[in-house]
Amino acid sequence: MSAPATVSPTAARLAELRSAGRAALVGYLPVGFPDVARSTEAALAMVDAGVDVVEVGVPYTDPVMDGPVIQRAAEAALAAGTRVRDVLGLVEAVAEHSGGRVPALVMSYWNPVLRYGVDALARDLAAAGGAGLITPDLIPDEAREWIAASDAHGLDRVFLVAPSSTTERLRLTARASRGFVYAASTMGVTGARATVGDRAEQLVADTRAAGAENVCVGLGVSTGAQAAEVGRYADGVIVGSALVRTLLDDAPWTARLDALARLTGELADGVRGARTTTTRTTTRSTTMEAAS
Amino acid sequence: MPASEPVRDALTQTLAHQVLGRLADQPGPYFGEFGGRFVPEALVAALDELDTEYRKALGDPSFRDELARLNREYTGRPSPLTEVPRFAENVGGAPGAVRVLLKREDLNHTGSHKINNVLGQALLVKRMGKTRVIAETGAGQHGVATATAAALLGLECVVYMGEEDTRRQALNVARMRLLGAEVVPVTIGTRTLKDAINEALRDWVANVETTHYLLGTVTGPHPFPEMVREFHRIIGEEAREQVLERVGRLPDVVAACVGGGSNALGIFNAFLDDEGVRLYGFEAGGEGVETGRHAARFSGGAPGVLHGARSYLLQDADGQTLPSHSVSAGLDYPSVGPAHSWLHDLGRATYEPVTDQEAMEAFRLLCRTEGIIPAIESAHALAGALRVGRAAVAAGRTDQVILVNLSGRGDKDVATAARWFDLLDDVGGDEAVVETVTSEEGNL
Repeated sequence: MSAPATVSPTAARLAELRSAGRAALVGYLPVGFPDVARSTEAALAMVDAGVDVVEVGVPYTDPVMDGPVIQRAAEAALAAGTRVRDVLGLVEAVAEHSGGRVPALVMSYWNPVLRYGVDALARDLAAAGGAGLITPDLIPDEAREWIAASDAHGLDRVFLVAPSSTTERLRLTARASRGFVYAASTMGVTGARATVGDRAEQLVADTRAAGAENVCVGLGVSTGAQAAEVGRYADGVIVGSALVRTLLDDAPWTARLDALARLTGELADGVRGARTTTTRTTTRSTTMEAAS
Repeated sequence: MPASEPVRDALTQTLAHQVLGRLADQPGPYFGEFGGRFVPEALVAALDELDTEYRKALGDPSFRDELARLNREYTGRPSPLTEVPRFAENVGGAPGAVRVLLKREDLNHTGSHKINNVLGQALLVKRMGKTRVIAETGAGQHGVATATAAALLGLECVVYMGEEDTRRQALNVARMRLLGAEVVPVTIGTRTLKDAINEALRDWVANVETTHYLLGTVTGPHPFPEMVREFHRIIGEEAREQVLERVGRLPDVVAACVGGGSNALGIFNAFLDDEGVRLYGFEAGGEGVETGRHAARFSGGAPGVLHGARSYLLQDADGQTLPSHSVSAGLDYPSVGPAHSWLHDLGRATYEPVTDQEAMEAFRLLCRTEGIIPAIESAHALAGALRVGRAAVAAGRTDQVILVNLSGRGDKDVATAARWFDLLDDVGGDEAVVETVTSEEGNL
């Protein structure tokens, strides 16, 4: 990996927030749910309500890392005719709307990327102003082509680590990643949980010790209190299912957008309060509906 | 990158094998450009542990002895070789011009070849100290075999099965429940085998510390494609000896049906390095490849990644998995084991689709000419054998020997066949079948 000294837009944003004394809020939404236009509207609403990084999901027929909420949204997005290329428009909209201040990462299972063409997608994503890719079912061991393409087009590549990862694999993943390393807080799929895994804090520490500059935590975060808890020790807090759930409602679209903005605001307050107040004691007693 | 050295070492070994080694001993993770490990990082530690334990077990005489004993005393191996002359007459030509021999995996305990792999993996589960197994099943054969091994070895067992398949194969749902397994109908996506695998993978990610995913075919992330082949290679090894003894020479053709491809790879493997033996894999052509309703990955798909491995795959222009279709639940899968993709691209094996119609005709023919009710999956191999035999006769060849893997028996398919051939019209028709099957399930 003779990477040119690529400046990672995501890493730059995380560094900026670090010096401001807080973690980033990373908000996930799938493109195409409930349709492409409204998913773009929702992503921009999330930006206005305070997310620092946008993660745009590519809906896929076989999302093995996703729980029921994101599965449902992905299924609906595909049924509505969403194409992989639609993600590019959404990424471009986020870049324009935020004046390049909010990095947009694309989260995609590997086969849609393979089919599009690894280099072609990297090229088109970079041209759209995207920051990079999060790859939930691609480990660095299989990523030779993507590592080359992301180097060539100056994109971030976010690989995942899990509580089961060995030290050796944490090192491998930290070395292969750019932007940040995505730490799965728990062994499981996406979805809101009553508590964020106890192993998350240790995993973040271990991943940093293995050489990662930035480590963001995902899986299970759904409330401001949980965001505050994770924001104490992680460089970023990734929220997916809880945000998607606000849009799965039967309520009128504007009401759903309001709910999305409200939750985003609560989460943004959470990461802002994380290192200034002692929120920890309240966090654990928060009752949340567990992932079904 | 020191951490990726195991992968590079394996790749080097793979390349060395392609130059020097026997095709039959091809190690994972790569079969040519196919295979690999396209999985969430959370599963890598478990796959490494499995790989290590599997390699240790292969070199451990006590493991091999125990598996051999179970194969003999529990499964009933070796499975017999049966010549089917009345069936073979249907290819035409002079009497005896084409001889058809069936490798009778249908006579194994639990009714199919699936038990070979299940017993091997279940013994590994005990060695790893895990207490729970999960499995996917399409036709129900692998689920039944897994539930059986779990009962035998005292393991907790959960089987994921697409809702569509629980309806098509309700009797096997009842069987699994009788054996103490929990059967979970999967109600998302296409509600068939592919979605059952997705659910099993989600369960595995969450419970990997106590749970082994007892994958039922030669697909999935490394080491599954290699390991499952190893547990099934006994099919081909026995058959090769049996044919040599019976006929005095190797067969001209070996035929098998290919869903994920475990029975096919199991019987092909012993012949891969016998250049004169032609190998045929028959995929589900469904309603015809031209209709788009099929599971013909080689004629209707392209290389891609699904469920942890790179292989031929039914997919659209965006890489979304396309639904597959087949009268047989066991062949109704949009991808195929990576070793088959490798053999396909090497030209070592030929893969052709067989339609529902052709398979059901062969199904009935074997019933009526030989008194053997095959699984509808296996009937695809029988139909393919008839096709190859007829071509041989048309080309004026004589003295052809075709070995067919009869991978499973058809008890589970009686309801489907009754509907297909309108066998119960005079006693209440379709409803009689559906009622018999579902009321049994409902009472359990």
